[in-house]
Amino acid sequence: MNDIPSTRITVVRESLPPKPPERRHLISIRDLDRDDVERLLATAQSFESSLERELKKLPTLRGRTVITLFYESSTRTSSSFELAAKRLSADTMSIKAAGSAVDKGESLKDTALTLAAYDPDVIVIRHPHIGAPQLVARVTEARIVNAGDGKHQHPTQALLDLYTMRAALGRLDGLHVAIVGDVLHSRVARSLIQALELVGARCTLVGPPTLIPRGMAAESSSDIATIADADVVYVLRMQRERMLEGANYVPSLREYAERWGVTRERLRPGQVVMHPGPMNRGVEIDAEVADAADALIQQQVRAGLVVRMAVLYDLLAHGPTAVPADAVLEVAS
Amino acid sequence: MKLVAKSTHGENIVVRGARVLDPAGGLDQVLDVRVDGGVVAQIGSALDTNEHRVVGGEGLVLAPAFVDPHVHLRTPGREDEETIATGTAAAAAGGYCAILAMPNTEPVVDSAAVLESLVERARAEAEIPVGFLAAISKGLDGAQLTEMAELAERGAIAFTDDGRPVASAGLMRRALQYSAVAGRKLALHCEEPTLSRSGDVHEGTVAAELGFGGYPSVAESLMVERDLALAAYEERPLHLLHLSARESVEALRAAQAAGVEATAEVTPHHLSLTDEAVRSLDPNVKMNPPLRAAEDREALLRALRDGTIGSIATDHAPHARQEKDVPFEEAPFGVTGVETAFAALYTFLVRPGLIPLETVLRRLSHGPAEAYGLAPPRITVGARANLVLLDLGSAWRVEEAAFRSRSVNSWLLGETLTGKVLLTVADGRVAYAA
Repeated sequence: MNDIPSTRITVVRESLPPKPPERRHLISIRDLDRDDVERLLATAQSFESSLERELKKLPTLRGRTVITLFYESSTRTSSSFELAAKRLSADTMSIKAAGSAVDKGESLKDTALTLAAYDPDVIVIRHPHIGAPQLVARVTEARIVNAGDGKHQHPTQALLDLYTMRAALGRLDGLHVAIVGDVLHSRVARSLIQALELVGARCTLVGPPTLIPRGMAAESSSDIATIADADVVYVLRMQRERMLEGANYVPSLREYAERWGVTRERLRPGQVVMHPGPMNRGVEIDAEVADAADALIQQQVRAGLVVRMAVLYDLLAHGPTAVPADAVLEVAS
Repeated sequence: MKLVAKSTHGENIVVRGARVLDPAGGLDQVLDVRVDGGVVAQIGSALDTNEHRVVGGEGLVLAPAFVDPHVHLRTPGREDEETIATGTAAAAAGGYCAILAMPNTEPVVDSAAVLESLVERARAEAEIPVGFLAAISKGLDGAQLTEMAELAERGAIAFTDDGRPVASAGLMRRALQYSAVAGRKLALHCEEPTLSRSGDVHEGTVAAELGFGGYPSVAESLMVERDLALAAYEERPLHLLHLSARESVEALRAAQAAGVEATAEVTPHHLSLTDEAVRSLDPNVKMNPPLRAAEDREALLRALRDGTIGSIATDHAPHARQEKDVPFEEAPFGVTGVETAFAALYTFLVRPGLIPLETVLRRLSHGPAEAYGLAPPRITVGARANLVLLDLGSAWRVEEAAFRSRSVNSWLLGETLTGKVLLTVADGRVAYAA
């Protein structure tokens, strides 16, 4: 019984004729290899200086259209994608589920087809359900950037986290990151675990066993003391909606905070703290820790802008007007 | 206990020179088969064709036609997804001479009135004989038993709450006891709902990575163990629907060895795929129970080979296009299967040498018929003609346009399969000819 052929995925590749090179998307960290990550981080770095200038706009994506389609509330992600597109001179359009045809029961497929009529180059989508970006990729010609689909992936968050870690600590290879909290429901954790593996960093998951999924490809511990080994303590948001009565992931937020809350006492000097936001101060993270000078939480937000500029640039840089990011910067300055 | 179809008109046919393969009868020889008035009249060489329709069978396999013990015909209530006419036509094209339909329709088949209206419609439009299962509990609510004795009298083949488990052990015990009065088996969808809840995908590395709530194997096997224990205690037979987990197979094997009269079925998709296929996030690989790990698939294949699992069932579950054209997580469970079952099994199991052709044919025909006490299709003189003519050398691409089913939610869309059904004779009548 050792000779069972592998599953469908292989079968499909065997039986279908070769396809033309596919449109590139950023739906999962799995869409990237290490070189892609290095290139994206370097591109983001090159955009950093543009933020210092008085005139912050670059002409790079002039004439391109970027649509953001958000089915979930978001402050950080939607605003930074929109600003990133604008800084690169793309035309942008933001659709929010509330107040749109979605309110009238329009399906995701139909909304995507409607937007496709405007020939967008990129659709940035956030959706509560796993598989939504794939659906939009199937029914439109646009490049798709996943800004969060259910509990699956949030790849640009992981990229901005890598960017922030490298900026603060000078390296990624060999870095040890402890991810603390509700891994089970976290798309941020799923993307970050894969991204850390890609760049040669080590990762430990810390939290109650009910919130660490079985089969996760990382070390894990239910003892908060294990964070002492880490260079970076990455705190996940404790999602209150998961703590409804009867769910029993944890007996109470009080007990969670007591056992797994990241406090000053549980950190050692030199450790840096990160959090993807929004925070529940006093639950997963102590207010004092969140506001401390060595917390990187504000840097993460700032990195979001340049990293998302880099992602948009990278997806569209292979067209007829392709120019390296640096060259474009020179033209602009 | 009777199956119903629109016509019992028996035809006169001769199939010439096919490899006649009836594993249950130990027959494997190149022969002619003559059917007179829907009955196998003669098997031999260079048979007289009289005025009969002659079908050239050279290079082809003639086998007993298939019986699908697990089909959702969506009638009444969702005729936009499938009707008795389209579902039976699709099954005929898949080589089936009989199918059994599940009662989780709208309304549920839980009263004599609903059952009788279905039997009447089947008599008007079923292309091949179809039998109907009735519900164990009214409205599938798991609270109140249906009037099993009356339902059996009006033609219910067996009882099932398929699509949902019988969550209460107490009700399951009463159903086992009372089904003796009806003289019918229970067919059980084994799922412990408090463990499977919010689970779309098998709990394992793939679900963990993709972020799905896991539907663990133990959610199935715990119920399998409970129901086998109750069946042993009540000394009643039962049939286990669509097994997916190796722990379930082990429990079944142990119960059979201990003398429990338990039969079971497995689907072509659980035999062919693992949860790795879910990485595509194609809603057409979302089903309940979910695709499981490679070790589970191996255990299912072993059980199918050694007969622990005696039946292959498609769990043909049509869904409207707009219901599957959504993100994976939002999509309903279920895939179609009657038109592709043989080719999928031949392509993924027989050709790679995992399961012999004879075993597949037996589990597609003799096994399910026996599990439900139906007359097994046989190629033997005097038997009603239930025949399928197969071209094992022919490759074809699975395309939406070719489906006879009203729905196209197949896990095989775009695949190229080997093995084609050329002719189906069901209860003496040509139900399909390619």
